[in-house]
Parts: sequence; C-alpha cells; structure tokens
Amino acid sequence: MTPDSIPRFAPGVRFRFDKARDAWALLAPERLFQPDEQAAAILQLVDGARSIDAITDALAAQYDAPRDLIAGDVLAMLQDLADRGLLRS
Amino acid sequence: MIAPPMALLAELTHRCPLKCPYCSNPLALDRAADELDTDGWKRVLDQAAALGVLQVHFSGGEPMARRDLEALVAHARGLELYSNLITSGVTLTEARLAALVAAGLDHIQLSFQDVDVASAERIGGMKGAQARKLEAARLIRAADVALTVNFVVHRQNVANVGGMIALAAELGARRVEIAHTQYYGWGLANRDALLPSADQLQAATAAVEAARPVHAGRMAIDYVTPDYHATQPKPCMGGWAQRFINVSPAGRALPCHAAETIPDMDFPSVREHGLKDIWERSDAFTRFRGTAWMPSECQSCALKERDWGGCRCQALALAGDAAASDPVCSRSPHHGRVLAALAASDAPPPPLLYRASR
Ligand code: SF4
Ligand code: SF4
Repeated sequence: MTPDSIPRFAPGVRFRFDKARDAWALLAPERLFQPDEQAAAILQLVDGARSIDAITDALAAQYDAPRDLIAGDVLAMLQDLADRGLLRS
Repeated sequence: MIAPPMALLAELTHRCPLKCPYCSNPLALDRAADELDTDGWKRVLDQAAALGVLQVHFSGGEPMARRDLEALVAHARGLELYSNLITSGVTLTEARLAALVAAGLDHIQLSFQDVDVASAERIGGMKGAQARKLEAARLIRAADVALTVNFVVHRQNVANVGGMIALAAELGARRVEIAHTQYYGWGLANRDALLPSADQLQAATAAVEAARPVHAGRMAIDYVTPDYHATQPKPCMGGWAQRFINVSPAGRALPCHAAETIPDMDFPSVREHGLKDIWERSDAFTRFRGTAWMPSECQSCALKERDWGGCRCQALALAGDAAASDPVCSRSPHHGRVLAALAASDAPPPPLLYRASR
C-alpha cells in the first residue's frame, strides 16, 4: 500500500457496528476482530473510493491532529490488514 | 451479565449425499420430516441477531439440500449477520452459487476427503464426488467468493497433508484447514480406523510447518491438532456456552454439536423457547458454563480458564461422566483410556463404518 492506494475490504470481509457490545467488529472467514477505537476510526473511512491520503486528511480534520503525525500510523495499520488478507487496494 | 454468543451454528439438515465415517453428526440423525421450516429458521436468525450473534455458519449435513438456503442467507444478510456456508460442494451449480451470492453470502468452506481421487471417494462413500468438488471450487473462485478449503485428516489420508495444502493453493483458497478428526459421533464409532499413530502425526505436523513459508501472505493454514496425542485438552467451543450456540435440524439448541450424547440433559427446543432465554437460563447452557462445575484437578489448575476443562462430550465418551475433566488431560484420573486408544493406533485399521440413517 502507498499513500495513493485506494483500500477496500477483501471479499468475505465485513466491517460493521455491533450494537450488542457497543463496538465495531471486523468479520472475516472464521475470524472476528474487535478493532480498538483508533483502528475503528480509520476503518470507518475505508469505502473503496477514498485513497489513504484522503483517509488521512479526513482523520486529521476530524481529530484536529497534525497530519504528519498520523499519516505513518494510518498507512502502517492499513498495510498490516492488507498483509493479513483483510484489505485490498 | 452473561456475555452473548458470537456465532450461531445453524445445522439446517442432517441429509447429505456423502457418508464420511468421521461425520460430526450424531449417530441418530434427524429426519427430513422433523426439520425446522423456513419461518422457524428465520425466527432463529432474528433472535440470534438480537442476542448479539455476529456470524452464522450454515452447515449440516449438506445445507444445500435445503431449497430455502438462499432465502435464509438473504434473511441473515438483512440482519447484518456474516454468513458462512459449510458445504461438501457436490451439488453446487453455477446458478445456485449466483443466487447465494446475490442473497449476500460472505464465505464458503468447501470440504475435501483427500487429494487422491480413489481414496477421497472411498472415504466419503460417493463415486464421482471429487470431480464435482473441484468444479465447485472453480465456480467459487470465478465468482470471487472468499474460499476456505477443509480437509479432515486421520490415519487413512494423513500421509497426503502436503498434497492437500498444495491443492488448496491451486484452487485459489485464501485459507486451508487441516483438521485432525474429533472423536465423537461417527468419528468415535470409527476411532480405531481413524486415529493416527504418533509417527503419522509427526510427519503431518512437519508437512504443515514446511508449507507455511511457501504460502505466507497468500493463504492461511489452520492446523487443528488431534486431541488424543496431547496432554492438555483444547478449549472445546471456546468454553461451554461462551461463544457458540448450535441449533440442530429439528430445532434443539445445543452448546456444541455433539452435546446430544449427554444422556441426562434436556435440550430446549427453539419451537418452544426464545434463544435469549435458552442462552441465559436453560440447564443445558448454564450447567458447564464457567468454572463452578469443575472437578478438583481443574479447580486447582492454573489453566482452568484457558481450556475450560476441555470437552464435555469427550469426558462423557471416555470417562462416562460429562462433568469429569477431559481425559485427554494428563491430570485426569481417566487419562489411561486415551493412552489405551493410542496403543491401538499401531494395529491394522478395522473396516470403516459409514454414516447411515437409522
Ligand atoms: S462430514 Fe461428510 S457425511 Fe458428514 S455432513 Fe460433512 S460431507 Fe456429509
Ligand atoms: S486439570 Fe482441568 S483445567 Fe487443568 S489442564 Fe487439565 S482439564 Fe485443563
């Protein structure tokens, strides 16, 4: 993944809000991840249209955070999920 | 508060064109006439979603034997449930697959009996099955549906583990599951024909480890080791009534699919009780939940919240008591029965007893 990649969930992967547990859930074949708040904020912006750059911009605005500070974290987290077959670009 | 279940195992039917001698279905199979109808299953899905279930595994038997499978998948999707189809693939057609995908199916787990065609068809008891399974895998990949390929392994096919993993990769699977047979239901009846020797197990484990780096990043390899060769049991079902709720074809709610073997336990029917009530209050679900029921060797053990005392059905099968610690554990007073079964794994295997209806 690079900053201009457009990530989307791989087939068989779904991200949804879990009302019963009041938390986001990432559902994959025979697996279930409960991402932490920070990861959930990033994943909510993955829609198959936004690039990683655009996701970073949106987060920076949303949390009033310095863009340079979060860009590396966003890319690393999305890359990690891609390595595990959960995201594609 | 009792934590809600994560997943529902919906055993839609016990009907199946195959006859695997390790089938996890009970020896007394539910009849087609006793199966829950479409509305009954939809109600189960509604209640499961309300309770907090996130994933539904449609299994059987062969769930494709139900003509309302597409309708049930669509219903699950409407409830935002993640749906997984566990199938032998022998009746999958392009049209049926397209209908399932349109209904919102998320993932398919396709089972194979072996890589060697003659061996596979002997184990599954169905001629021509392998070609149909290979075609099913091709259709699934062509539709870009996430695919897991599953092999149940035992002494009659375990020598081929390397080839099994290679076949799964060739078929484009994202995951392959190499699962040693579990000994309850038909598997227990066939134990002496299926239990691998220590040497066989070692070779299979080495084959899995050798394959991991080859497929890293492209295909995940899940390896389920056999209980009997271990000295500590697995956390069966992630702990009794902690993560899963299983509904049998006739509508009985079970904490695991083999639970019906426990003789003095009443399994509530979803025709009469709501899933929430069953999960939180029924004797079947509360009796072995947590640690309070455990025998002394578990009570004093540091691992009791890791393996939850192991499998209740295995305790029943080997120790004659579902409330005993799992005899796979070296601290169980009945561990000798596991060692005796292992000693038999070097003798020539008896003939297979095929799964059959009563
Ligand atoms: S294990 Fe074999 S016989 Fe049992 S349901 Fe699966 S395919 Fe059918
Ligand atoms: S004594 Fe009980 S809790 Fe400890 S390892 Fe054995 S089965 Fe598990």
